[in-house]
Amino acid sequence: MILVASVLAATFAFESFGTAGNLSAMALQASFLAVVALGMTFVIMSGGIDLSVGSVFALGGVLAAWGAGHGLLVALLLPLSVCGAIGLLQGLVIARAGLPPFIVTLAGLLFARGLLLLISDEGATTYKVPQGSVFRELAQGELLGIGYPVWFVALAFAAGGLVLHRTSYGSTVLAAGGQRDAAELMGLPVTRVTVLTYAASGLLAGLGGLLMASYTSSGVTVLGVGMELEVISAVVLGGTLLTGGAGTVLGSLVGVLLLQVIKNVINQIGTLNSNWQALVSGTILLVVVTVQRWLALVQRR
Amino acid sequence: MSDNTTETAERHRFPLGDPDWIRRNGVYVALVLLLAVNVAITDNFVSASTLRLQLIQVVPVLIVALGMALVIGTEGIDLSVGAVMALATALIPLYIGYGTAVAVAIAVLAGGLSGALAGVLVGRIGVQPIIATLGIMVAGRGLANLFGGEIKSIREPGIVTLGSGGLWGIPYVVLIAAAVATVVWFLVRRSTYGRQLVAIGGNKRAAELAGLPVRRVLTTTYVLCGLLAALAGVLLAARSQASDPTKVGLLVELSAITAVVIGGTPLSGGQVRIAGTIAGALLMQLITATLIFHDIPDSTAQIAQAVIVVAAVYVQLGKRRARS
Amino acid sequence: MTPAAGPPATGTSPLLATEGVSKTFGGVRALSGVGFALQRGEIHALVGENGAGKSTLIKVLTGVHRPDEGTIRFAGEDVVFARPSDAQRAGISTIYQEVNLVPMLSVARNVFLGREPRNRVGLVDTAAMNRRAAELVAALGVDVDVKAELGRLGLGVRQMVALARAVSVESSVVIMDEPTSSLEAREVATLFDVTRKLAGRGTGVVFVSHRLDELWELCDTVTVLRDGRRVHTGPMSEVDRIGLVAHMLGRPAAKVERDGATEFGATHRRSREPVLSVSGIEVRNRLSDVGLTVAPGEVVGLGGLLGSGRSETVKAVYGALPVRAGSVEVGGTTVRAGSVRHALRAGLALLSEDRKAEGIVPDLSVRDNIALAVLPRFSRAGLVTEHRIDALVRTFIDRLRIKTAGPGQKVRELSGGNQQKVLMARWLCTEPKVFLLDEPTRGIDVGAKAEVQALIDELAGHGLAVVLISSELDELVEGADRILVLREGSVADELAGARKTTAALLTALAGGENADVR
Repeated sequence: MILVASVLAATFAFESFGTAGNLSAMALQASFLAVVALGMTFVIMSGGIDLSVGSVFALGGVLAAWGAGHGLLVALLLPLSVCGAIGLLQGLVIARAGLPPFIVTLAGLLFARGLLLLISDEGATTYKVPQGSVFRELAQGELLGIGYPVWFVALAFAAGGLVLHRTSYGSTVLAAGGQRDAAELMGLPVTRVTVLTYAASGLLAGLGGLLMASYTSSGVTVLGVGMELEVISAVVLGGTLLTGGAGTVLGSLVGVLLLQVIKNVINQIGTLNSNWQALVSGTILLVVVTVQRWLALVQRR
Repeated sequence: MSDNTTETAERHRFPLGDPDWIRRNGVYVALVLLLAVNVAITDNFVSASTLRLQLIQVVPVLIVALGMALVIGTEGIDLSVGAVMALATALIPLYIGYGTAVAVAIAVLAGGLSGALAGVLVGRIGVQPIIATLGIMVAGRGLANLFGGEIKSIREPGIVTLGSGGLWGIPYVVLIAAAVATVVWFLVRRSTYGRQLVAIGGNKRAAELAGLPVRRVLTTTYVLCGLLAALAGVLLAARSQASDPTKVGLLVELSAITAVVIGGTPLSGGQVRIAGTIAGALLMQLITATLIFHDIPDSTAQIAQAVIVVAAVYVQLGKRRARS
Repeated sequence: MTPAAGPPATGTSPLLATEGVSKTFGGVRALSGVGFALQRGEIHALVGENGAGKSTLIKVLTGVHRPDEGTIRFAGEDVVFARPSDAQRAGISTIYQEVNLVPMLSVARNVFLGREPRNRVGLVDTAAMNRRAAELVAALGVDVDVKAELGRLGLGVRQMVALARAVSVESSVVIMDEPTSSLEAREVATLFDVTRKLAGRGTGVVFVSHRLDELWELCDTVTVLRDGRRVHTGPMSEVDRIGLVAHMLGRPAAKVERDGATEFGATHRRSREPVLSVSGIEVRNRLSDVGLTVAPGEVVGLGGLLGSGRSETVKAVYGALPVRAGSVEVGGTTVRAGSVRHALRAGLALLSEDRKAEGIVPDLSVRDNIALAVLPRFSRAGLVTEHRIDALVRTFIDRLRIKTAGPGQKVRELSGGNQQKVLMARWLCTEPKVFLLDEPTRGIDVGAKAEVQALIDELAGHGLAVVLISSELDELVEGADRILVLREGSVADELAGARKTTAALLTALAGGENADVR
């Protein structure tokens, strides 16, 4: 809570520097990451981790760009179903076979990247979204001067908040992440919820890629490398415990925005390059987990 | 205790029906089988140059996997190894002006430093290993890119010799890997540290009550893993005569963990199998090579690898899950 | 009352019953042929020492474990619970000791976790949920904001929330596993009121507690388990404290003391100066002002029922528990509190009660397990001096007659008794001045038990100071020179000389002369 408050304060402090144009551009750029972070938030709250999101994001983009040549419906359904299926598969292996999430999703990272190469002639082909395709409007259109993706993210996070706070799925995610054994003893459907959570993460990562493809009008094959780390940093920055069992949806959004602000500030300084952002977010990640751990120790005393 | 008697009974039956036997020796069987397949179907497989190339190529993963085996022995994990490799390669061009030895030393020490950070976070503060090393992975990769974002070629004679030279026809990098493996094997088998490490991984609470220096051993282990990862980065840079921090070591953590696990070291700690890890690294390399020899595209190769990783870990973990 | 296989004969058919239930874990029999019957509206106490099988029986009743043999009857029909949710759906709720539902969520959401009331859109109907939760909680006499996060509330309130959850599903059976262990007196009173109300409505309650006083206050019937068997079932009013404790410890109260039930010999010759002096040990929620002294060659027994703080005492002395206050001196030098390595260096050794979790390293060899604690001492330049360890290990394998295929055998393959000997060897290698033994003979076979007992005698004979914890009356009375009795975290009595008898120990364990004064 304190973290969220201070992060919010910092965001407002930074925002005063920005112009309206810069702000809306920033929001648009952050929206792709935010979609992915929403799925990751639920995965981490359930006590897991999803390292495959970067690859799945890229795969979703390529599939969408290819699909855009075959109509809007294909461009929407194909990436969502494929990416959702990859997430579902990972969830099944993790929940049913009991393998560690980080191994399964690392393998998933490789798998999705392989699939991407397979459909893009080993990465040689970059599919273009045809001129005049409605698909482009998805991320390039604006409402009230603000890009559709930003609106979409606002909606998605509102929905995520509802799911967390107003469905039994949401409470089961928290219960499973906090005390899996207790949750199982209470008769909660832990396995099913775990599978669903990874499926949703895959789906949302694919959706993020889809939006990116619409925004750039193409399926860029090299996107998403290292994205999982950025997303995890954002989620943890937002106050979600990496050990599971606690977190907020809004916090993750704030985390994403904060990362975007850092990115933006670093860009504006000019002399610094974007690698500072990884360094800063990694350091923040370490500091946050150390503080979380320290707080837990103090509480126990 | 009775499940042990059934275990023993199973052992006397046909070995392939015994999951425990497969877990311990499966990697050797698979390695031999794959070698045999290659001898049969791959042109020019049995040649000095092919074998030499395979050995050279396995070196970085092997060295990383040896460090990873130690960490996994303590019931930990280190996801930062790839970033540490990148960091090491990024540092070399910066200090190469002071001579090869200085540059290599600084690069390797940087790995040790990063390992020390992980060790303190895990051993002292008690952060979960996966989380601590994940943070270092993010920060380390960023730092590496800061030091040298783009590809730089390294033409220093010392580095070139290290990467391409050899002794009695055996490349230096292979000799170094062999030496590292021997040292790690010796550490695990003979040193007090190694004995303490497996005890801590096997039962941390018991080790604490027996007065073992648990925190120090944990920290040392992550330092060693960092040093080895950095060394792997240095050797890779020396061989390619270039430093490419954005690409180096990507996903090496996955290959290393897989090599360790299919080599029979359980993720639950308490055992370190060095020979198995070496065989595991060779097997992973041979799988990649086989796919390349037969012009299997990268895409298929990656998908195949992903499936192999999950299957191998599943086989290795099968019994332990059932028990818990 | 004699042990019987079936449930006790009663007029009405029981609400929940087991018949001949057995369960084995890895060769260890946790339950054998247990019959248990719970009536409608009955509050049924389930008691027994550690390892008696209480938790296994509860887990069988709630679908966590499936019995190897025997049947469960619920409301007159045979049932099979494959998983906890089956038992829950049937109407059996369980409240666990350290309940932690989901600390992040509100009280109301915890109460309705998994069965939230929905509105038309399918979302949780927060208003209805909060209202119903408030009603439930108020009915339990607890004043709490149902919208508050559970994690911010006290343990007592959390326990009540768990109870509210059980009430809300209108369970016909509620199982409470040590519900009062972290509650204050006022909260306990509220809990009891609510429990009685539940029973008044016809709910059957299984009540597990190690606070014996509570049982007479609350329960109608009591069942005692020991070593996985049911040894007693009867009305609460027909048994007194001493009788109950006697059942739990397996020593009929009337039975006259006899000599030679153990391998322990006579009193030990001992010096006057204590080698271990402990005073004023405080451990949060566990121990208050515990002190003891042990002289070389003396065996001091530490008695007490489950939860009395026996294990905590030796762990605190050994530096394995954080202590708030108190001092430990070995041979005149103060041991730094909270440091195992200091304690070890000062000459303390602790044979822990939990052999599996805190003792053996299962995948290491017998040799490496024995040498574990002396590794730092037997190393030179970072290398293990193998030949010295080999010699030492061989000596101890012979001396303790450890039955093993060889020093290289994995310790997990040994029997429980031999594992225990390996652990004793581990500590004897360190040449301790004081040996803290926590239940050294639990869970090992008769032969090994006798050998361990003889060994303790022998060690004391050689001048070692021993602190012996045991749940077995004979072992304490015959093995120890003096017995300190712990109750609720402090020393309540000391038995020595003529008072050191089984009968006196039983009385002291059950609560002393003023047993019924709370």
